[in-house]
Amino acid sequence: MKIAVCIVQVPATDARIVIRPDARGVETKEVKFVISPYDEYAIEAALQLKEQAGGEVVLITAGPDRALQALREGLALGADRAVHITLTDEYHDALEVATLLAAALGKEAPDLALFGKLGVGFDHGATGVMVAAMLDRPHISMAAKLEMEGTTLKGRREIEGAAETYAIALPAVVTTEKGLNSPRIANLKGIMAAKKKPVETFAAADLGAAAPALTLEGLQPPPKKAAGKLISDEDPAKAARELVRLLREEAKVI
Amino acid sequence: MAHILCFVEVRESQVRKASLEAVSVARGLATANGWSVEAAVLGPAGADQLDKVKAAGADTIHHAADAALALYSPDLYAAALLGLIQASKPEAVLLGHTAMGRDLSAYLAGKLKTAVAGDAVKVEFAGGFKVVRPMYAGKALATVSVNAGFLPLITLRPNIFPVGSTAGKGEVKPLALPSLAPKTLCAGLEKPESAEIDVAEADVIVSGGRAMKGPENFAILKELAAELGAAVGASRAAVDSGWIGHPHQVGQTGKTVSPNLYIACGISGAIQHLAGMSSSKIIVAINKDKEAPIFQAADYGVLGDLFQIVPQVTRALKDLKKEG
Repeated sequence: MKIAVCIVQVPATDARIVIRPDARGVETKEVKFVISPYDEYAIEAALQLKEQAGGEVVLITAGPDRALQALREGLALGADRAVHITLTDEYHDALEVATLLAAALGKEAPDLALFGKLGVGFDHGATGVMVAAMLDRPHISMAAKLEMEGTTLKGRREIEGAAETYAIALPAVVTTEKGLNSPRIANLKGIMAAKKKPVETFAAADLGAAAPALTLEGLQPPPKKAAGKLISDEDPAKAARELVRLLREEAKVI
Repeated sequence: MAHILCFVEVRESQVRKASLEAVSVARGLATANGWSVEAAVLGPAGADQLDKVKAAGADTIHHAADAALALYSPDLYAAALLGLIQASKPEAVLLGHTAMGRDLSAYLAGKLKTAVAGDAVKVEFAGGFKVVRPMYAGKALATVSVNAGFLPLITLRPNIFPVGSTAGKGEVKPLALPSLAPKTLCAGLEKPESAEIDVAEADVIVSGGRAMKGPENFAILKELAAELGAAVGASRAAVDSGWIGHPHQVGQTGKTVSPNLYIACGISGAIQHLAGMSSSKIIVAINKDKEAPIFQAADYGVLGDLFQIVPQVTRALKDLKKEG
């Protein structure tokens, strides 16, 4: 079974986000970049499927030069080889990214293409499903459970207050949700081996880049909140009653 | 006629609130620009439900009532909408940013070679569409415009936009089921045994963090939540400790929520958590560490031990009910 995992390198979730002076992006110096957390579940799912059924795991990313590090990290976890589509370190909408990934996947023709459900950062959460539509493949988005039964892929996705179950045929596309599995951590042997694994590089233009549908006009920090009221009565019952009174009479939310 | 198209999500014959919010946003834009509002309701739904769509602002309601649409299928749903889009070229397509709205908008974007301006908290039109949407899980707000020549596909963050009271004409037109054997079709809907409110849809959320110390202690939050008709949420620390399931997680690797009232109990307020709940209208923090960052985000802070305070809040609410 050939599995492709499309990943994206993003600022670590605990990174402080500093908007650039031109407001068209964020500062990248002194920011720790990581594989987007949801992509870790996709990589783990791919590795587990390979362990069960044999085959190959190919990582693909569309990103700036620094994204090579994310590919190396994924190779260290056990992926076999990687494809790096180079992009500038600016905002790219999901149409640009999905078009490039669909082109790369068209060449690779995997049985299964896995994506994290959302790249934390641009937070589009659309790329994997867009690729499924472009390639005309069945898909399951936000899969929190996944298993192969013969040539059928069964999955479960959590929706608001319920869950949907799906059974789709390969070749297919899946985007992964937290809870799907517990991603492994690279060991030293894996890290050493990753240095020798092949990484193929393409320029975006080689694959047929799309014009963007969206323009990022600017970023701004979220509005600052005015200082709140602090209740620090020593008697918990009194403090609780005061809170309930404020929520009812002042905030009018209960 | 120039119009905006709204996708109306139906689950078990009920239209979803997030879709009515989208219809109302479309109503506002349409009235300002001399457009009409068209809604596509996919799946079986009664006249009372279609009336809600009309009341939220729809002039034309395309209703595909076929039972085959009772469960979600991205390609079948997309085919129904693509038929409408290609026949009448809407100014924009609006959807709620729900699990279904996210999937369907992305699928449509792939088919139409456009992008989704997703999770919008503000939508404007001045010659072109412009939305404000959070990026970096709300650590920054991005203003994004849709380039000329691309169909604007916009999903709206639930609970941000009110369902309005400006009704539309509400003319119902039957919509034929596309003749298509779907590649992807939901095989079944699993519902939890007890009807829990999902944090993504709740008006009130009571959330617990690391200071809950263990799964059994969530009982006091559940009691408070029951009193408030609230959903129970959790921080990543509580979910990763296995005290409560991931569907309850609020934050950057969980759900983004915008309830009227968010009560954070024993949550220190890591940047990833704040990112997921800071668009809540009123935030209450109950924490014994007065340096906890959550107090910076809170409208009301209670300094003290949550194990003492939370049950007292529940009691105060019960007393209030008795008093009437």
